[in-house]
Amino acid sequence: MMYGFTWDTATPLTYAWSILPIILIGLTVTLKAAAAGFAIALVLGLVFAMLRRSRWRSVSWTTACVVEFLRDTPLLVQLFFLYYVLPEYGLTLPAFLTGALALGLQYSAYTSEVYRGGIEAVPRGQWEAATALNMTRMQTYRDIVVPQIVPRILPAMGNYMVAMIKETPVLSVITVLDMMALANMIGERTFEYLVPLTMVGLIFLILTLICSAGLHRLQKVLPKAGIPLR
Amino acid sequence: MPWVSYLPALAQGALVTAWITLAAIAIGAVLAFVAGIARVEGGRAVSTLALCYTELFRGTSLLVQLFWFYYALPLVGISFEPVATGILVLALHVGAYGSEIVRGALTSVSVQQLEAARALNFGRMHTLIHVTLPQAIIEMLPAFGNLAIETLKLSSLVSLISIADLTFRAQSIRNLTLDSAGVYSLTLVGYFAMSLVLMLVMRLIERWARRGAAFPRAAHS
Repeated sequence: MMYGFTWDTATPLTYAWSILPIILIGLTVTLKAAAAGFAIALVLGLVFAMLRRSRWRSVSWTTACVVEFLRDTPLLVQLFFLYYVLPEYGLTLPAFLTGALALGLQYSAYTSEVYRGGIEAVPRGQWEAATALNMTRMQTYRDIVVPQIVPRILPAMGNYMVAMIKETPVLSVITVLDMMALANMIGERTFEYLVPLTMVGLIFLILTLICSAGLHRLQKVLPKAGIPLR
Repeated sequence: MPWVSYLPALAQGALVTAWITLAAIAIGAVLAFVAGIARVEGGRAVSTLALCYTELFRGTSLLVQLFWFYYALPLVGISFEPVATGILVLALHVGAYGSEIVRGALTSVSVQQLEAARALNFGRMHTLIHVTLPQAIIEMLPAFGNLAIETLKLSSLVSLISIADLTFRAQSIRNLTLDSAGVYSLTLVGYFAMSLVLMLVMRLIERWARRGAAFPRAAHS
């Protein structure tokens, strides 16, 4: 994928300029991986949070153990596990999907705690009132719980999304061609790692600064009382 | 039972992981306190410097930092042993996160406490050491516990700069035996066990700190 690109190593600046297009291609892969991973984490985290609140002890206890295990083991090892073990059971995913899945699994442990905290912050009286009004569990969630927890959990979710973006370079070890992998490839060919790696670092820094500024604004704009769904 | 034969090599790797994690936590804690206190108490220049450090190491990815220190810095003539690089970068990284914890805890000490200290004519240093820090440290401990586990998990990345830690050993054994499921399951369990131990130790420290053996009970509780 590096064919057709030329680089000019005369000075660091021209070098940086000439490899910028390649690095930016990597950036799109990085962002796609983070988006896919975060989507998985949002859904799976909700599933874990619900299972955790299950009436059956065995279900909630097993979920708690799984979540704890996912949270306390390194992403890199989980990634290797998925990358090498899934094909043995006949499930061969592209490296990108494996990476997104690993990111999603690890972060679902974090997001499930955010969901759980949000749900538990809804006062008991409101659940009882909903029961008294003969609302179904579905209605209670849709009309009472979710509108209140959305503004509460959004900032925390945003923080995890930023954290996830910063962890995507790990995917380069399973041959996902993200920014990090491309910067390394350029380094291997030119024997000049300083410029590409510094560029990747700078792009991450700019990304996270933009995201934190955005999150800060979001926190100010969000209505504290809740978002009506209708 | 082929997996039993992996245990000695994995255990050796686990020792390296433990050593790197503990060293990084120790150095990182010092950095966290220095940077965190500088953010709160320092003058404009000092606190800006601390802010730059925090943002730089929180904002760029750990893997980028590791590769930068490992591959890029030697090109300008600065190089360390791989293990020293790993510990240093990991410490700088978690120190930046820790400094936010320290800063948050220091600023959450109630204003009345500071006013009382001033009324008693305490100096700034005296106030920090005898009033603010003892209360703030207790608030920091749970967050530091999470950060310690985060450090253990992140330490797996040093395997990518050729340090023979637990993950590195797992990779080599897998390449030799092709028994991915067995090797990686054992490795995951190993990391999980180490996390649990770390969690337990942090709990004990927290309980010891809260019991009031080291600090008088926080006045506002």
